[in-house]
Amino acid sequence: MHVVVFTRSTPDTAAKVEVDGSGAVIWGNAATVVNPWDEYALEEAIVQAKNGGGKATVIALGGEMHNDALKHSLAMGLDEAIRIDDPELDPTDSLAYATAAAAAVNKIGDVDLVIFGKESVDVGTDQHTYMLARKLGWTMLSYVSKILEVDYAAKTIKVEKMYEQGKQVVTSKLPAVISVMKEINEPRYPSFIGIRKAGKATIPVWSLADLGASLPDKKVDVLAFNNPPTKDVVVEMIEGEPEEQAAKLVDKLLEEKVL
Amino acid sequence: MVLQAVPQTRFTEEHEMFRKSVRAFVEKEIRPYVDEWEEQEIAPLHDLFKKMGDLGFLGLNYPEEYGGAGADIWYTVVLAEELARAGAAGIPMAVFVQTDMATPALAKHGSHELKQKYLTPAIRGEMVCAIAVTEPNAGSDVAGIQTRAERDGDEYVINGSKMYITNGTQADWLCLLARTSPGEGYQGMSLIIVPTNLPGFSVSKKLKKLGNHSSDTAVLSFENVRVPVSNRIGEEGMGFYYQMEQFQVERLVGALGGVAGAEYTVRDTIKYCQERKAFGKPLIANQWIQFKLAELLTEIEAAKQLNYSCAALIEAGADGMEITRIASMCKLKAGRLMREVADTCLQFYGGMGYMEETPISRYFRDARLTSIGGGADEIMLGIIAKLENMNPR
Repeated sequence: MHVVVFTRSTPDTAAKVEVDGSGAVIWGNAATVVNPWDEYALEEAIVQAKNGGGKATVIALGGEMHNDALKHSLAMGLDEAIRIDDPELDPTDSLAYATAAAAAVNKIGDVDLVIFGKESVDVGTDQHTYMLARKLGWTMLSYVSKILEVDYAAKTIKVEKMYEQGKQVVTSKLPAVISVMKEINEPRYPSFIGIRKAGKATIPVWSLADLGASLPDKKVDVLAFNNPPTKDVVVEMIEGEPEEQAAKLVDKLLEEKVL
Repeated sequence: MVLQAVPQTRFTEEHEMFRKSVRAFVEKEIRPYVDEWEEQEIAPLHDLFKKMGDLGFLGLNYPEEYGGAGADIWYTVVLAEELARAGAAGIPMAVFVQTDMATPALAKHGSHELKQKYLTPAIRGEMVCAIAVTEPNAGSDVAGIQTRAERDGDEYVINGSKMYITNGTQADWLCLLARTSPGEGYQGMSLIIVPTNLPGFSVSKKLKKLGNHSSDTAVLSFENVRVPVSNRIGEEGMGFYYQMEQFQVERLVGALGGVAGAEYTVRDTIKYCQERKAFGKPLIANQWIQFKLAELLTEIEAAKQLNYSCAALIEAGADGMEITRIASMCKLKAGRLMREVADTCLQFYGGMGYMEETPISRYFRDARLTSIGGGADEIMLGIIAKLENMNPR
């Protein structure tokens, strides 16, 4: 039994991310963090591998900056980490991501469950998760807020999915790809022992040749990054009794054609 | 005496991962609750320490045999710097009483059985401990303590009282300094592990303090408390010397956390002064404010490097007297600098800083302790002067 979880390093959500004069995205010297949504996926991978008596492997696609996320994952308790990197591979192209990721899952073999965080916090995308499921020919279960039952012998999984309108309970065949919500668990902190182990670990790097994968034609071209336009905001405090303030506010809103 | 050549900081990738982990822990497990703990004048240490113990945060420098991490001193430096982000100095103080004030002598001089029984659960966070040295009539003057532990067969019978004991209302055991023979001054004292569930022990009062509200402080009373002689740490009569040794680390961690807290406070003040406008421009546009804050950051950097030098001396296993000399300087400098930072930054916050809801007001109260606890500034000066051979010959 084997659980694979995907992660990536992203700028710290507290860092100020901006586009510099050359068009590059920068965030000063702030450290990267594990994509915050992935922390729930990593925790769930550890729990599921333990419950199923199997192994949990974490994979990141991209350059060396993603080693930080992989080491963090090992420090949390993941069994193995792999980085997929190749000059041909642009992980921001979701289809290329899914193609390489599917090849890696097939190479590992015997994988019952692939777990993602809900989305990537930096580029705000999740389509690679669906594409991976399609490439593997597996079921995609998104927005999972709870894993209710897993039967590795019968190859079935029962999950609770969370939507704005309510919750849905779904039973599916395994293997499957799931993306998880933050309600699913409380991610653990890396322990001292985990950090020591992670610090000593060597993370193998797989190329596309190692995976025997060839990428489809590029479907996405990133033309440019731009800073959002700055807004001139004027703050005006409205004085007076509450009734008086409310009346003045309505007048202002009518005047500005908001109402 | 010349400051030994010491290597600069040794923060490896692993130290930085540890930093991230402690920072995340502080952010999620401490900061959201710290206002409540300040209000209640106590923090749930059994719960907090268990979580920290499970992560291996409480025995960084202790042997793996007793559940420790066997790590280098730089992990303790990181722990001190990150716990200083707690938002109240009472929390790091409570933690460091457990890790570096009540346990070093036990770890170094205690018997194997004593360590298994008391050090291991302290490292796991299953027991809370406290250091019981100060008395109503003996604080910085450790040699003046009067609590007695009289031998009766295989037991000591303890009588006396201890004052200003951090973690005192919650501790499961105390590292107690008591007189085990009638000698005077430094002679005749021993360190003894005293479980707090024994007949005759009581918490006579929970004290109210100027600051560090989230940390409980107590007066403890001992009336014919009987403990096995095997609970004594190391040799009889060596208690004062073990305690002086134990103070070295206490003083360094106090200085490390203090200087880190001072730095966060100055940086927060810079942000506030950039946002706060007066007379049509941000406060920070005033050169006076810029220069004062730049001056403080310079002092902080100097103090931090002094602390790192002391950590390097400990890591290198340097001569104990040299460590004592530098650790005393670290604590002296940190305590004074914290007072200056608290006063200067509060002034720049103005009326807002005087309000209870503003973190600087809590810092102003909390910062005052470092110049008093663990040996007052004047004691540090005395130690430095003595080790520099200033006394008339």
